[in-house]
Amino acid sequence: MDSGHTAWMLTASALVFFMTPGLAFFYGGLVRAKSLVNTIMLSFMTICVVTIVWTLWGYSLAYGPNVGGDPIIQGLIGNFSALGLDGIRWDPIDSSGSFGGSGVDVLFQMMFAIITPALITGAFVERFKFSTYLIFTIIWITVVYAPVAHWVWGGGWIGADGAGALDFAGGIVIHITAGSAAVAAALLVGKRANPGLQPNNVPYVLLGAAILWFGWFGFNGGSALLADGYAVNAMLVTQISAATAATTWGLIGLFTTGKISGVGVATGAIAGLAAVTPAAGSVNPLGALAIGLGAGVICYYAVELIHRTNLDDALDVFAVHGIGGLWGCIAAGIFAVESIAGVKGLIEGSFDQVWIQAYTSIAVLIYTFVISYVILFVLDKIPGLGLRVSETNENQGLDLAEHGEQAEVNDGAN
Amino acid sequence: MLKIEAIFRPERVNAVTDALTSVGVTGFHYQNITGQGQQQGVEVITGRGSQTATRASVSKTLLVTIVSDDKKDEVVNAIIESTRSGDIGDGKIFISEIADIIRVRTGETGEEAI
Repeated sequence: MDSGHTAWMLTASALVFFMTPGLAFFYGGLVRAKSLVNTIMLSFMTICVVTIVWTLWGYSLAYGPNVGGDPIIQGLIGNFSALGLDGIRWDPIDSSGSFGGSGVDVLFQMMFAIITPALITGAFVERFKFSTYLIFTIIWITVVYAPVAHWVWGGGWIGADGAGALDFAGGIVIHITAGSAAVAAALLVGKRANPGLQPNNVPYVLLGAAILWFGWFGFNGGSALLADGYAVNAMLVTQISAATAATTWGLIGLFTTGKISGVGVATGAIAGLAAVTPAAGSVNPLGALAIGLGAGVICYYAVELIHRTNLDDALDVFAVHGIGGLWGCIAAGIFAVESIAGVKGLIEGSFDQVWIQAYTSIAVLIYTFVISYVILFVLDKIPGLGLRVSETNENQGLDLAEHGEQAEVNDGAN
Repeated sequence: MLKIEAIFRPERVNAVTDALTSVGVTGFHYQNITGQGQQQGVEVITGRGSQTATRASVSKTLLVTIVSDDKKDEVVNAIIESTRSGDIGDGKIFISEIADIIRVRTGETGEEAI
């Protein structure tokens, strides 16, 4: 057993875990105070439910062939060989140098599965029924996340064994799927009675963004799956893209509104992180600077544009993660450097990779939208479930209505 | 001139302010308050097993506005229509006479200053 690689991958798993509580506070600060507990609970319960699903069948559907057996359908879905995590090995790296199928692989990939549905929740905060969300998550992990993870990282048709798309840490698997499902959810649950962003706690937003940023070093750095120079490059470009996108967002805000907003800079940082995610294994520091700059500009105007539509994607999941992820996937093809990525990008004169990046991203965007829409449409029709809380509960706030709790109780002497 | 103080459910605050605006009342202030009425507090779950705690105070919103005498019924009806659910805890409205009003900026007094 190589203790250096093992130590890094265990650490990276813990770092990625911590992103979801960070996201909980990032989203929590952005909502109205009366739904703060609910918004945090959406992420918190995602951690719990997805862990169970991943243990029982999620990992097997996505990565089962790494443990044993052939895929159920070649290129599309894993198998049932690792149900209940049966048959995984404890040595992180096997004799052929592969990380897949090990216990720490299960743990590391589990954290990615957790944060993805948690990202979607930003679209429908302040109005979504909590119990329905938990059922949605179980189904979504099974029929959207696990297959897409298999397509890209489990030996399926998109990744290295298929079309050869570059998705280092999950631009397609995490950010495009989350952004696309967010649109389906926002469409079906409908607009809030009182749309608009009224952040109850800007320090929570900045703290949550900082925790996400910190965890992202495990997300991207860990996706090298070894403690090597590849991981070093991934962490370095992650930092550069996040900081550049945050600065860009702040400056656009300064020139258009006259102020640099905390919420804006935090959002810019997340856009930069989402964008560099697919590219962290293929670009150099200056490429990351360009990706961050692009993420700041593109996502800023994507937010502006979507606010002019009728879509109430409350916390801009599509504009930041969907569009940011899409930009990052295409940018991975533009700025890929052969000495890092093993393939030439557009800057080295080859258009092929850009095309591969574009069509695989769009395919996943469409697949996710359609399947998510169908799941939510059906859940909405099932008596006793439904997507939306009652009007009274929405006005009262979801903290009291769904949890019987409040973020702060000001009871005087009590 | 009358001072109208209304206590109602916090989730109705947007409905009340909309209703007041629609009857021409543009000035008011409100705050979140706690207290108790005939119901004498509520039981709350604590989330640790089935323990409950009786909290002697219920969250409400208190809104205060000053109107001329002839607007009394219109304003009271607007508040009732936007707050009544028919259940216990809909709140109360208190009406009292105001001796005078002074607008600080101009020194105007009485109804002119409303």
